[in-house]
Amino acid sequence: MRSDPTPAGRLGRALVRGLPALWLVLFFLVPFAVVLKISLSTPATAQPPYRPLLDWGAGWEGWRAFVEALDLQNYAMLAGDALYRDAALTSLAYAGAATAILALVGTPMAWAMARATPRMQGLLVALVIVPFWTSFLIRVYAWIAILKPEGLLNMALLRLGLIGEPLAILDTPAGVLIGLTYAYLPFLVLPLYAVMARLDPALPEAAADLGASRARAFLTVTLPLSLPGLTAGMLLCFIPMVGEFIIPDLLGGSDTLMLGRVLWSEFFSNRDWPLASAVAVLMLVLIVGPVVLFRGVRERQDAAAR
Amino acid sequence: MSPLNRIALGLGLAFLYGPILVLVAYSFNASRLVTVWGGFSTRWYGVLLADDALIASALVSLKVASASAAVATVLGTLAALALDRHGRFAGRAAFTGLVLAPMVMPEVVTGLSLLLLFVGIGLERGLASIVIAHATFAAGFVAVVVGARLKGLDRALEEAAADLGAPSWRVFSTITLPLIAPSLAAGFLLAFTLSLDDLVIASFVSGPGATTLPMRLYSQVRLGVNPEINAASTLLVAGVTALVLAASWLTGRGDRTA
Amino acid sequence: MKPLLTLDRLAKRFAGHAAVDDVSLTVREGEVLCLLGPSGCGKSTLLRLIAGFETPDAGTVRLGDADITGLPPHRRPVNMMVQSYALFPHLSVAGNLAYGLKGLGLSRAGVAGRVATLLRLVKLDGFEARRPATLSGGQRQRVALARALAREPRLLLLDEPLGALDRALREETQGELRAIQRRLGTGFVVVTHDPAEAMALSDRVGVMDRGRLVQVGPAAELYERPASRFVAGLLGEANLIEGRLGADGRVETAFGSIRPGTVRAGPGPVVIMVRPERLRLGPARGTEGEGALTGTVVEATYLGERIRRLVRMADGTVLRVSTPLPEGRDGGGPGETVGLAFPSEAACVLPA
Repeated sequence: MRSDPTPAGRLGRALVRGLPALWLVLFFLVPFAVVLKISLSTPATAQPPYRPLLDWGAGWEGWRAFVEALDLQNYAMLAGDALYRDAALTSLAYAGAATAILALVGTPMAWAMARATPRMQGLLVALVIVPFWTSFLIRVYAWIAILKPEGLLNMALLRLGLIGEPLAILDTPAGVLIGLTYAYLPFLVLPLYAVMARLDPALPEAAADLGASRARAFLTVTLPLSLPGLTAGMLLCFIPMVGEFIIPDLLGGSDTLMLGRVLWSEFFSNRDWPLASAVAVLMLVLIVGPVVLFRGVRERQDAAAR
Repeated sequence: MSPLNRIALGLGLAFLYGPILVLVAYSFNASRLVTVWGGFSTRWYGVLLADDALIASALVSLKVASASAAVATVLGTLAALALDRHGRFAGRAAFTGLVLAPMVMPEVVTGLSLLLLFVGIGLERGLASIVIAHATFAAGFVAVVVGARLKGLDRALEEAAADLGAPSWRVFSTITLPLIAPSLAAGFLLAFTLSLDDLVIASFVSGPGATTLPMRLYSQVRLGVNPEINAASTLLVAGVTALVLAASWLTGRGDRTA
Repeated sequence: MKPLLTLDRLAKRFAGHAAVDDVSLTVREGEVLCLLGPSGCGKSTLLRLIAGFETPDAGTVRLGDADITGLPPHRRPVNMMVQSYALFPHLSVAGNLAYGLKGLGLSRAGVAGRVATLLRLVKLDGFEARRPATLSGGQRQRVALARALAREPRLLLLDEPLGALDRALREETQGELRAIQRRLGTGFVVVTHDPAEAMALSDRVGVMDRGRLVQVGPAAELYERPASRFVAGLLGEANLIEGRLGADGRVETAFGSIRPGTVRAGPGPVVIMVRPERLRLGPARGTEGEGALTGTVVEATYLGERIRRLVRMADGTVLRVSTPLPEGRDGGGPGETVGLAFPSEAACVLPA
């Protein structure tokens, strides 16, 4: 509280900040430093499976030997092998495409929710959240049952005579896109809905009064004003999608190679921890770009609003 | 609501719930195949209950979820208090980023980095390592939930308590805490569910004897569609739905009392 | 008598502007002082400085002999009642009232007894178990008042205590508030934006404008002999006649030379303030004498207990005249020429 300048009060406040800060620095930031270090190491058949190891007892000499043994060969491998380049581009492409689809599909849904009566809104938010919290793995698994050649979708289409033979959706890019859109829909809809629900309804009404059709009012008034919510939602989807593992693994074929799967297989199958770390660093670099861009856009939006 | 809006909403909800309903339906399918409906049967639930390995992994998941949710709730609440109460303190932007970043980071990156840390410091991997990992990324979610409630809390109540002679700690324990308690519970449930659901991070940081339910399910899914999994999924869905409804009922209650 | 509260050159700035600017004030034991002013004048900030929720940038707050400027709110023997009441929603009425009694060394029976006494004081006997959410606005206001009095403070601060009540309830509660204060003998500092309320409740009124204390004194003094146009306008309707104050103490105006009753300005350009109810209507006169003016009625409005007329003078000035009924009915209607007169002691000279 503001008027509590006692030393005990100050200590209390420092603790309130310090405890979570300490935990997160230790278990969130420090690990990244470790990843960076390991990405500069070489794989070895040993426990742990990388070299060099810092000899804590060897003092300054130990440090020097340690630093000298680090190298960029993993990054050279990433840059040189088309596999990794393709995986990076594939990840970005899928994340971008899925985010775009989500924006198109999620906006009408968020708008419909924002237009509901206040009582309905609470219920709708709960309805959107509930699948979100049921097992992610299980829901992706359900899509397998629906999309596979003998699955429900093909069965229904065949039965209705719309197709002659089963569509191959599973193990194709389409399957991955459907999976990504499905899994991240709430991440886009909810932030967007939150912004749209707080929009002054008098504004689109004023637009209508001035002669704009409903579509025009939506596109020229509602949408621009909802942009902060939309960009926030898109970022909330894009970033984790770049590293998504489960969906490409279960719904994509062996040729949809994304960075998440690359990291996983390098780590679990090849036991090449240093290379997996390098992939992780690559992923972080790919993410930083959009985040910085987003913040720049937000600052420009805020400045314009002032 | 206009018909267009109604259609958009209907399609969206159908899209969200379709797969889940499919699972639930087929968990009662006597036939093993998805293509054939063999009649109503609960035999897969029987198979499920006899599957010791699966049940063991479920217990592991529950233990881990309880512990990590507790830690996450403490961390997230402290962080929310700091952000709401401490004004513009030095390093506020960095602190905010630190709290929120784990929420969006790709899970493979968080999982790998934490595993490397544990190996580096020589921590034995098992239940503890998963608990630490889950608490770390769930804390941000708790901070958001509790933070939203703190924002809506009327400061005048705490000032009145101080005016009536209560020092800061007493104001917190008798006024602030009771009034934000529902959001703490909601945050706990959220962290609990996130932990229960996590596959990727657990795969990286777990050790022998610490197989979680999603890990077990994943290894089975890779082998093919298994009706027993439908039953497990339905139970999971039912359980989580109950938890989520409890959470939203609790936060609704919180809004009404203040 | 030693003052109960002494504020000495208190100052507080927020984001570049002075919310409270060099305010010095004393409040006597058992006195009711009302702080009056437009919104943003700093009266609520001043109250919060006294309560300890803001720390001053300069100046001191003394209660009796003790300097309490550095004390946090929970250690000051001062209690505050806010406009929103801030009742604890998760505690019962008894819980709210007993909250301040913790740590005072009372036994459980003692606390219960005190709670019952407080409820009797505010005429809410038997309300112990009720929850704030189930109470009406007026009931909540009384619980808030009782809670603020629970610790028997020497000084009670009230921020717009009647603001949330509807009009009928407000006047009734004003009387009850005054009665309670007289019974307990506690000093009250009341913040209000309503001049009628300030005049009804207080022993003295302090007017604030943009962080400064402009005039302090009994209501009558502020109403009849305000220190400035601002204070005059704040406490009621005021007619302002421009003129020039000469060395002889008379004011030259467009309507002749006037000898004023109160002078609050130096020689030079001034305004004469006359309250609408001090202007007497009469037949139009050809010649003009001291305090006698002629004009044309522009508008006459019936207000139940009085008639308010707007009268335009020869030079264009419009004066407001308020005449009680039934005499007011004969004053003249729109378009008629009337004469106005006022006793010189009703004229107050203010700085232009």
